[in-house]
Amino acid sequence: MSKEKLVVIGNGMAPGRMLEHLFEAAPGRYDVTIFNAEPRVNYDRIMLSPVLSGEKSFEDIIIHGDGWYIEHDVMLYKGHKITEIDREAKTVTSHTGEIADYDKLVIATGSSPFIIPVPGHDFQGVLTYRDLDDVDAMLLAAQSGARTVVIGGGLLGLEAAAGLKSRGMDVTVLHLMPSLMERQLDSAAGFLLQQELEGRGIQVITEASTKRILGDGKVEGVELEDGTIVPCELVVMAVGIRPNAAIAKEAGLDVGRGIIVDDLLRTSDPDIYALGECAEVGGTCYGLVAPLYEMSRVAAGHLAGEPTKTFKHSETPTKLKVTGINLYSVGDFAEGEGREEIVLRDAMGGIYKRLVIENNRIVGAVLYGDVADGGWFAQFVKDKTDISEMRETLIFGQNYQGGEPLDPMVAVAALPDDAEICGCNGVCKSDITGKIDKLGLTSLDDVRAHTKASASCGTCTGLVEQLMAITLGDAYNPSAVQPMCGCTDLGHSDVRRLIKAQSLKSIPAVMQALEWKTSCGCAKCRPALNYYLVCDWPDEYADDYQSRFINERAHANIQKDGTYSVVPRMWGGQTSSKELRAIADVVDKFEIPTVKVTGGQRIDMLGIKKEDLPAVWADLGKAGFVSGHAYAKGLRTVKTCVGTDWCRFGTQDSTGLGVRIEKFMWGSWTPAKVKMAVSGCPRNCAEATCKDVGVICVDSGYEIHFAGAAGLDIKGTEVLGTVKTEDEALEHIVAITQMYREQGHYLERIYKWAKRIGYDEVRAQIMDDAEKRKAYFDRFVFSQKFAQVDPWKERVEAEPQADMFAEYRPLADLTVREAAE
Amino acid sequence: MNAPFKHMTWVRIGELSDIPVRGARCVVTPMGKIGVFRTAANDVYALEDHCPHKGGPLTQGIVHGASVTCPLHNWVIDLETGKALGADHGQVKTLPIRLDGTVIELGLDPATLVDGH
Repeated sequence: MSKEKLVVIGNGMAPGRMLEHLFEAAPGRYDVTIFNAEPRVNYDRIMLSPVLSGEKSFEDIIIHGDGWYIEHDVMLYKGHKITEIDREAKTVTSHTGEIADYDKLVIATGSSPFIIPVPGHDFQGVLTYRDLDDVDAMLLAAQSGARTVVIGGGLLGLEAAAGLKSRGMDVTVLHLMPSLMERQLDSAAGFLLQQELEGRGIQVITEASTKRILGDGKVEGVELEDGTIVPCELVVMAVGIRPNAAIAKEAGLDVGRGIIVDDLLRTSDPDIYALGECAEVGGTCYGLVAPLYEMSRVAAGHLAGEPTKTFKHSETPTKLKVTGINLYSVGDFAEGEGREEIVLRDAMGGIYKRLVIENNRIVGAVLYGDVADGGWFAQFVKDKTDISEMRETLIFGQNYQGGEPLDPMVAVAALPDDAEICGCNGVCKSDITGKIDKLGLTSLDDVRAHTKASASCGTCTGLVEQLMAITLGDAYNPSAVQPMCGCTDLGHSDVRRLIKAQSLKSIPAVMQALEWKTSCGCAKCRPALNYYLVCDWPDEYADDYQSRFINERAHANIQKDGTYSVVPRMWGGQTSSKELRAIADVVDKFEIPTVKVTGGQRIDMLGIKKEDLPAVWADLGKAGFVSGHAYAKGLRTVKTCVGTDWCRFGTQDSTGLGVRIEKFMWGSWTPAKVKMAVSGCPRNCAEATCKDVGVICVDSGYEIHFAGAAGLDIKGTEVLGTVKTEDEALEHIVAITQMYREQGHYLERIYKWAKRIGYDEVRAQIMDDAEKRKAYFDRFVFSQKFAQVDPWKERVEAEPQADMFAEYRPLADLTVREAAE
Repeated sequence: MNAPFKHMTWVRIGELSDIPVRGARCVVTPMGKIGVFRTAANDVYALEDHCPHKGGPLTQGIVHGASVTCPLHNWVIDLETGKALGADHGQVKTLPIRLDGTVIELGLDPATLVDGH
């Protein structure tokens, strides 16, 4: 029976979580296709504020990397917006014309920021705060020091304001109501918050009604109804969100404010579900992550065909994710008949706590300054606990019940099993302790992976760690390093250090001395150890080809059908008619199906049978080609522009320098692939500022860059420094590469290594310490003596009895034998 | 190892030393490619050279213990049973194989050897 087809429109946090549950409950049941209007993978949207403030980077907040989609066989269309749902034919159509059939459809189109339709709302410089593109646009504006007005003093608006302020911008917040965050805070807490923000230099204007945005196509200021004018170049609108329900409405589904669904998240069409911010359940649209994840759980259970619970409304606590501001609110805290309140104020300490009580039960809590008891109060709200017994001391929090302050660990230990630890993901205490016991989890990462606790906003991390400490006792070591793999408890750094310290010079020696738990390692540790030994003992270690990944063993790139691709080196991206003719001849002779120009300025021949590789290399070798190492954790390409040879803007011989670097460094093995580029002027046509190492030539010399990325992650380079001559440039580039070779963890690209050890540390060793630099350079030169051998030529010339020869031929061909008889 | 064929013949395919330790080579047969694996302990195994996941050539993977990691998506296959290990589910067909001294012999159905051509 063929699998059912599940199509998901939208790739945000809610559908992502739903698929996780679904793959767990019913693996392989559905063929899943996702259409994502955003051109990227699923990331943690609630963590955009730390990205804006610079405390986290985009790669830190990715939930599902590209690998996840491959692993689960999910077809992900990035940047495809669905324009039509045909319920009759059961198909969806994207704006590019892609059509997909579905058996079940999940609509998770999320919401759009609401734009106040004042004059000027469409000017350049008016942004919203919703996705990574908005954050990027704000950061760009921050670079030019633009003054900003944030319209909206709610959760999102204030996070945006604080983030932009921490980027050094001049920020004013306009809020329509008399006090900030009035939906989550009472006016007293709102006032404290306003004071704190003003203390940080953010101007706050309440009761501010925007009349229009000033300017001429481009933002110049904001005018309020009372005539006040706030000059600015950037306006961020954060006044609320609107569910994206248009596509559902056009398809004839029932739509209110959002797409109307029942408590199993089904729309008015039984084969179509809706969840996330676009859905309306029981008359409510949700925007906080906890109820959205609850929807994911319910929908996944239903799609998996398992008896499942239904979606129920619950109070979600609110926190403001601004570093240094502690604020927590839960439940309903409006004043009213029959309601009493308990208030604690400590003006000096900046603390405000208010509990709203009805019939001896807490119905709402607002905490400012000291929020440690937030979860404790929230539990009372949820459980409707009678608090009359402890009413006298309730406001002082959990530690003061019973008179003596309790040890916080004891307090955590005393929490009931169903106490909610992670609000974002709805994880309770017993979920965590149970998984720790059952699966033997010992690291925070493991607990996150298996329970999701503290995996979203992270504010409960401390609580989760305390739970781990209680459950594991002495076995819990919070600073424990991530082991290389299941074969050892040691991390990469320890293994590298011990290889040098104990002069371990073979894989069996490492495994013996460092007490490997398996007899001969695994596919994770063996390639890593092989690299470390090649790097550390270039003259003594015999490369173990059986510990290399197939691409490096076969010196070609394996493709999905088991054939290989071949990329010869084109120094600095230059070629000639003779070389091109040789490639053309090889393509014809071996009937190579695909020829492709690569991003690294060379030519890839794809679809070559493994048996043909030596003959292909022999022909290429005759034309002077050597291996391009396009398969290697090693030096790949040095991309160049034409520089002073041809370009009217060129300041130096960028092509020449690129060729020189490539000829000097080819053949070297590195922890992960290394791509370089040399641009002849700051116009940067060789795109050097997203490479592992890059050079921008300037009139006065060579600006050396490092730690860029343009693959799974996008990151501009850091500047290492500027040098005057080509010789110096080469020495610095070689030295930084050698430093990375000696310190990098296997498969860790330069940008990750540099971030781990610190950019300043790299600069200190390479720019400021000439002796260190020279030593790195010399060690690289020494290792090149053994590394700069063309592997293709070696294999073309190998004796028939050598492994290098046999690798490419079948052990036996029984079809030939039978045919011969 | 149980013979999966009604009539089975042992076919000599090469010497143990033709396969690197912790390595593999493939044998072309009329019924498709067969992978022959040699472990660190010098045990030999024969499996169809076809990962149950996406058909990756298992002979191109890294051999560790009595298992091999597929080069395409890192599924780990038990050489003894042909079953995927860990969280993955799937199985690849195993074939009888034996060592006669240093000579490796593969157990095949003679009918398939002729039928193929």
